[in-house]
Amino acid sequence: MDIFLQQLINGLTAGSVYAVVALGYTMVYGIIQLINFAHGEVVMIGAMVAFSVIMALAGAQPGLPPVVIVLAGVAAAVPVCMAVGYLLERLAYRPLRHAPRLAPLITAIGMSIVLQHLALLIWSRDPIAFPQIIPLQVFEIGGAAITGVQIAIMLVSVVMMAGLSAMIYRTRLGAAMRATAENPHVASLMGVDIDRVIAVTFLIGAALAAVAGVMVGTYYGIAHYTMGATLGLKAFSAAVLGGIGNMAGAMLGGLLLGVVEALGAGYVGELTDLCHASFLSDALVERCARDGHLILFGSNYQDVFAFLVLILVLVFRPSGLLGERVADRA
Amino acid sequence: MRRVRGFLHTRTGLWIGVALIALALLALPFALAAVGTAWVRITNLAILFVFLSLGLNIVVGYAGLLDLGYIAFYAVGAYAYALLASPHFGLHLPFWLILPIGAVIACIFGVLLGAPTLKLRGDYLAIVTLGFGEMIRIFLNNLSRPFNVTNGPQGIALIDPFRLGPVDFSRNETILGLDISGPIKYYYLLLAVLLAVIVINLRLQDSRIGRAWQAIREDEVAARAVGINTMHMKLLAFAMGASFGGIAGGMFAAIQGFISPESFVLVESIMVVSMVVLGGMGNIGGVILGAVLLSFVPEILRYTVDPLQQALFRRQVIAPEVIRMLLFGFALVLMMRFRPAGLWPSRVRKREMAEQE
Repeated sequence: MDIFLQQLINGLTAGSVYAVVALGYTMVYGIIQLINFAHGEVVMIGAMVAFSVIMALAGAQPGLPPVVIVLAGVAAAVPVCMAVGYLLERLAYRPLRHAPRLAPLITAIGMSIVLQHLALLIWSRDPIAFPQIIPLQVFEIGGAAITGVQIAIMLVSVVMMAGLSAMIYRTRLGAAMRATAENPHVASLMGVDIDRVIAVTFLIGAALAAVAGVMVGTYYGIAHYTMGATLGLKAFSAAVLGGIGNMAGAMLGGLLLGVVEALGAGYVGELTDLCHASFLSDALVERCARDGHLILFGSNYQDVFAFLVLILVLVFRPSGLLGERVADRA
Repeated sequence: MRRVRGFLHTRTGLWIGVALIALALLALPFALAAVGTAWVRITNLAILFVFLSLGLNIVVGYAGLLDLGYIAFYAVGAYAYALLASPHFGLHLPFWLILPIGAVIACIFGVLLGAPTLKLRGDYLAIVTLGFGEMIRIFLNNLSRPFNVTNGPQGIALIDPFRLGPVDFSRNETILGLDISGPIKYYYLLLAVLLAVIVINLRLQDSRIGRAWQAIREDEVAARAVGINTMHMKLLAFAMGASFGGIAGGMFAAIQGFISPESFVLVESIMVVSMVVLGGMGNIGGVILGAVLLSFVPEILRYTVDPLQQALFRRQVIAPEVIRMLLFGFALVLMMRFRPAGLWPSRVRKREMAEQE
């Protein structure tokens, strides 16, 4: 039971980060039907900027409370990421809005290569380790441990998602975004400035990405210039799982993907332990007697789960769990 | 210039042109070997990339399916060769047997990936193929326990070179006073294979199948309406592209003698896509141009940027690898913006891209 609960907690933590990143994908997709492939790199830039600031502050002002230091990191990362997000839209996507579908995807790949290698130039090849400023607080729930950082990550994600929902459904800007997503042409006839709405969408997505970058960096204790690619792919999978273009779907998909991944990593080793089937051959019995286990697929396959989920969802329910629009307008 | 072009359009002119190019290609390795054997090796790798790009061109250029995990098929072919012809399992099958096996295995993987995913729209397909490529790499990295299949991140070494009767492609020989090193032998072999691949591609392009692919690319609904079985045709494109990748992978393993998952990362897939896109999707000449350019640019950068930086700043400020990737990323963006059909586009493709504006 405690393994299950522990993996559930870990999964929900990672899942909240995926959910926040997935929101960035899904918002952009909902509005202009574009997979912003470079979104993962924006997350990475957020983490790198925040870590640089946090490192500098922790070194210069060791007396500051850790919360203030981390918040300063976030405060630095958000504007930088927003600028990056805006530039992405302006330089790479806007000129191609009416081009064939694959064209913006290819520029997106180009931009993510550029961002990754700019980060490599600025921060070098070595990963940045998170300074040990946050005291490790562990709380116990029903035989499983949950750390202060994990609680903070979940809380912050929930607050951000609630804020975003309020913005989308309660403000004029949100209404403009929804109108554009519904039908950009008609929205523009109703006086919605489409270009502005799209730019704002990118800005919001990038701001979320910045916070997500800090969260994921703090959680795993490390930031690296290649961290964006896999994270982006997983978050995209989460968005697809929930139904791309659907905000609630992205949140649900993110949490679900996190949990599936964690439970998968927690149990796959046990499930694929060949010693359960050692009756099959004598050689197996011998090896099991010697090693105790003969695990075919261990937790080192964790990253495979996200892709498996992605493929399975696309095959069996391409519109995702909550998506209503079956996308087939090539 | 116009007079030259006019001459090339006459029959004798064409033959003379072809003969000149053939002579140049035949003499090339000796000229390169004079500069350094490293350049022959670089050229061989470039030919392999031309090969890969032509394979991917079937998928991306002809059928219009963006595959971002193409390197996975290359990896499958390479590992198939490495496992069947190295001390790792103690198997030493001859290459003419393994290359087809590798092609078939890669083809099976292509169908496995394609069958469930080809219904998807273009950009979804791109992401799924990307995920597939990453999955293959993760498996290659981890399939060393509990049974050592791929030897994990250490990779597989001491892979057999091509051997045909008395000819061993890794050894140096002197024939008629000419020093023929291993890489030069591989060069001629690759050139011959490449020629075959180009001919296959040319024939495919104007065949019933090729036309069906182009119809699907331009308008899938219309293609279905005129009676093309779009699923079969797309799957065929995937399978053929994959088998080309598999064969190229096998040759890569033999030439390098060592492979590890490092050679099959996402960036390599993107590199091959870029070769196709930059050169000109769907146009064989363009794809070859793209592959040759992108294969040689990094090497040229290595020999120019570093000395330049040393001279200017007395140290390496930016690694050539980083400059290459930055150039590459910007090139992709700028190409899509200003020349979306590529440097040397096919006429059909150019028209399509212009229409969509």
